[in-house]
Amino acid sequence: MEAFTTHTGVGVPLRRSNVDTDQIIPAVYLKRVTRSGFEDGLFAAWRGDEGFVLNQEPFRAGSVLVAGPDFGTGSSREHAVWALMDYGFRVVISSRFADIFRGNAGKQGLVAAQCEQSDVELLWKVLENDPGTPVTVDLTKNTVVAKDFTAPFTIDEYTRWRLLEGLDDIALTLRHADDITTFERNRAGWLPTTEPVPVR
Amino acid sequence: MSRTLAEKVWEAHVVRHGSGAEPDLLYIDLHLLHEVTSPQAFDGLRLAGRRIRRPDLTIATEDHNVPTVDIELPIADPVSRTQVETLRKNCAEFGVRLHPMGDAEQGIVHVVGPQLGLTQPGMTVVCGDSHTSTHGAFGALAFGIGTSEVEHVMATQTLPLRPFKTMAVTVEGALKPGVTAKDVILAVIAKIGTGGGQGYVLEYRGSAIEALSMEARMTICNMSIEAGARAGMIAPDRTTFDYLKGRPHAPTGADWDAAVAYWESLRTDEGAEFDAEVVLDADELTPFVTWGTNPGQGLPLGDRVPDPETIVDENERVAAEKALAYMGLAPGTPLRDIHVDTVFLGSCTNGRIEDLRAAADVLRGQRVADGVRMLVVPGSMRVRAQAEAEGLHEVFLAAGAEWRQAGCSMCLGMNPDQLKPGERSASTSNRNFEGRQGKGGRTHLVSPLVAAATAVRGTLSSPADLVSRS
Repeated sequence: MEAFTTHTGVGVPLRRSNVDTDQIIPAVYLKRVTRSGFEDGLFAAWRGDEGFVLNQEPFRAGSVLVAGPDFGTGSSREHAVWALMDYGFRVVISSRFADIFRGNAGKQGLVAAQCEQSDVELLWKVLENDPGTPVTVDLTKNTVVAKDFTAPFTIDEYTRWRLLEGLDDIALTLRHADDITTFERNRAGWLPTTEPVPVR
Repeated sequence: MSRTLAEKVWEAHVVRHGSGAEPDLLYIDLHLLHEVTSPQAFDGLRLAGRRIRRPDLTIATEDHNVPTVDIELPIADPVSRTQVETLRKNCAEFGVRLHPMGDAEQGIVHVVGPQLGLTQPGMTVVCGDSHTSTHGAFGALAFGIGTSEVEHVMATQTLPLRPFKTMAVTVEGALKPGVTAKDVILAVIAKIGTGGGQGYVLEYRGSAIEALSMEARMTICNMSIEAGARAGMIAPDRTTFDYLKGRPHAPTGADWDAAVAYWESLRTDEGAEFDAEVVLDADELTPFVTWGTNPGQGLPLGDRVPDPETIVDENERVAAEKALAYMGLAPGTPLRDIHVDTVFLGSCTNGRIEDLRAAADVLRGQRVADGVRMLVVPGSMRVRAQAEAEGLHEVFLAAGAEWRQAGCSMCLGMNPDQLKPGERSASTSNRNFEGRQGKGGRTHLVSPLVAAATAVRGTLSSPADLVSRS
């Protein structure tokens, strides 16, 4: 994973709450077996509407999404994070994220920055009054800055550390392989296994 | 110290405690795979030269993409076919047991695990699918994960996680006839909202929950994610043990006794504190249906479509306006006046034998209304076989419904079973999101009883509406 310290890019105001992962990328786009090229599925249904924010200049080239509360609810599909990143987003700002989405974002290096809803509303106004305003998200200071707007954001400390360092989760866990082996030795003998298939 | 059920299961699986901001490392007892969220994880393993640490704790099935008719033919959509074939190749290469389309044990991953007896109390169960919460009905800690985490579990059989908060959802009293587990969970979600459960494991408890069958408990735990919760749990009891006994992977002999002795300890201690609590009165509940585009936008069937102007919270008001525009509904319309053209009975929420029996009881001697299409899709081939042994398929066919093969079907628009733009369904599935059942499709979430009655009348209805008319 690429390390993330600070990012500056065009902010995109998405005035919707409860943006579920079926909206971020509909199921019909989940059939690929590769890990790239999901940008065409991003907000596919809404992008059919000319008035949708990503169909307007200069938002088309946005990289910081500013959304309403409860972003990323519903399906666990990590494709939602891939679609956002493949499109060019590096940060999503919301006052509340769904748990699985937030976890998936952290694994892939997409910053899910949690701000107060009142700050989200202020930032929406800045971005709507002056479309194309760059937003700077600084993970070293946990701040969001756009012109004279400044607000703090929260992100869990461990994810923040991993993002700043660009560390891979599996490699981190495998440092504790001995602990896993010890744990396995002590598991109850009656716990089920999928193989061999019991003959009854 | 007094502990909740969720805390007990968590602590029994900690491989190592994290220090400071570092999460705990949690051991995973069972990893379920399907074709949609696994291919990139297998690829990741291959790229890193890793194997699956415990293929013997892993099992795969084909469910999201599979057609539910003509399953002996190749899948028509080449992209779906590739995804299914990729799962087959990956499972063969990495030594994972797979139940492919046409196999006697194939079905929706959350129906297959419990019916094989692989889901047991006190286990940790994960799957790249948010409805993994279903397995919590057995007192397991079960939750959905993303593809990166799927790869992580494949490689290490663990996940780094911070403990969830706990919420008690207490439902006391007795459900009235015609009121089901689906109505309970829709009412819970309407009460706490789609974000109300975020960060929590919900523990469903109280006399109304204890009275439920395993199938009904699975329906409730299944939709915990729709309240934003990571997992839902119900303490195991005699109902749980009776369901498990004799299943292919359930312990036997002395192992069974040892397991039951442990399972009986899996309940929230007296005096244990939850981080939050919600209480519902079972006696007050009536059949519940959704009117909007998230599962929290639901009301009793006897109500009317709400008027957004009366909603105080601005975000909720705007959401309601957008939902009604998408759903093509006018404020004030009685929910019972809403016409549907499609009824879907199935999914990991309501595709089990008990759901099919309940719907068949309503449909016996009735006809699906003109202009309405009803799909009955068993959650697994095992459920399908059981239903056929009981003659339920004949009831569905005689009523004019379609009797299908097992799969996720119309719950999500990934296989040929989809709504067309503007079509409206009464669906026993779990999500009424925009486009969930097909682009432009409109979904009302309902129980199997309401689905069957709606099929007969053509408008959202409960079985009681049929009685009063006959």
